[in-house]
Amino acid sequence: MKKLILYIISTLTVVVVFAANYKSKKAGYFPIDEPEVSTKQNAFNTMMDVVSHQRCVNCHPSDNVPKQGDESKPHHFGIARGENNLGFQATNCNTCHQPENNVYSGVPGAPHWSLAPASMAWQGLTRSEIAQAMLDRTKNGNRSHEELIHHLTEDDLVLWVFQPGTDQEGIPREKPPVSEEDYKAAVKEWFASGAIIPEN
Amino acid sequence: MKIFFHINNTPKSIEIDDGNTPLLWVVRDMLDLKGTKFGCGKAACGACTLHVDGEAVRSCSYAVKFAEGKEVTTIEGLGSEQNPHPVQQAWIEEIVPQCGYCQPGFMMATAALLEKVPNPTDEDIDKNIINVCRCATYYRMRKAIHRAAEIANVTNPAKTENDV
Repeated sequence: MKKLILYIISTLTVVVVFAANYKSKKAGYFPIDEPEVSTKQNAFNTMMDVVSHQRCVNCHPSDNVPKQGDESKPHHFGIARGENNLGFQATNCNTCHQPENNVYSGVPGAPHWSLAPASMAWQGLTRSEIAQAMLDRTKNGNRSHEELIHHLTEDDLVLWVFQPGTDQEGIPREKPPVSEEDYKAAVKEWFASGAIIPEN
Repeated sequence: MKIFFHINNTPKSIEIDDGNTPLLWVVRDMLDLKGTKFGCGKAACGACTLHVDGEAVRSCSYAVKFAEGKEVTTIEGLGSEQNPHPVQQAWIEEIVPQCGYCQPGFMMATAALLEKVPNPTDEDIDKNIINVCRCATYYRMRKAIHRAAEIANVTNPAKTENDV
């Protein structure tokens, strides 16, 4: 009887040890890969929540016509890219847009207000296509990753999306659904983790 | 805050609480130059157009603080009764205005255009002169712009080539 009890206890101990080991292996396996993939994906999505927002894409048109408003309508008055991304000879971006938002007229403004070059046309592209264009040195002004990080996180015109001001009716313009701090962190994290572009 | 600039070639210092005040208010209400008009107040109609360092700007959307150290020209400084600017002369010859309210803005926009494009085509005019005239004097204005280019070319033949 004593032997039987000892046998049962031994068997149970072995089962418990195996079960414990199995559980810890599972727990040790999944947390290694999944959160890492998820973090990269999150950084990309957070960055693209801003980059693909109409506040950015309105000035990255595919048809040389700047867009305006949350509906991305063609810019009033027939304004177009012109020869240097600044509009026409005597009527250009700076005829109306100054280095700051204008609280009286509702006209938006930021330093070096202009259209992005035609090679940086993003309108109508998917997030992955925008990212591909952004990294392509033949399209991005020959910018390295470091220069892109600087442009995306330091340029006053880019960062205007977080302080877009109010429109002509005094209604605040929609901002991207991400804070400036989270956006900057996401951009740096995405580049630091290899600037991998997910499938569309 | 104190802001210094030249207005129609005259040095001027102003003291103003809010540097974001539109240049239009300063020109009209502080400097008493009423030729520049308020139209829409949102940089759409062009009635408030004047020049800052020779460039046409919508003064309703131009914070006066940005005029610091610059040369501001209004319709009053474009020419004089005795010596009108070619644009003013052409406007008179073609009898352009109807009510006249928007015309100073159009003339300032046209003067800026002729500085950049001495012989503008109709397409240049369509692209660059985008002000609004509720009397619809556009047809006469187009004639006047071409006429102004002719007058300017006679008075200043060195600038007959479009330098764009």
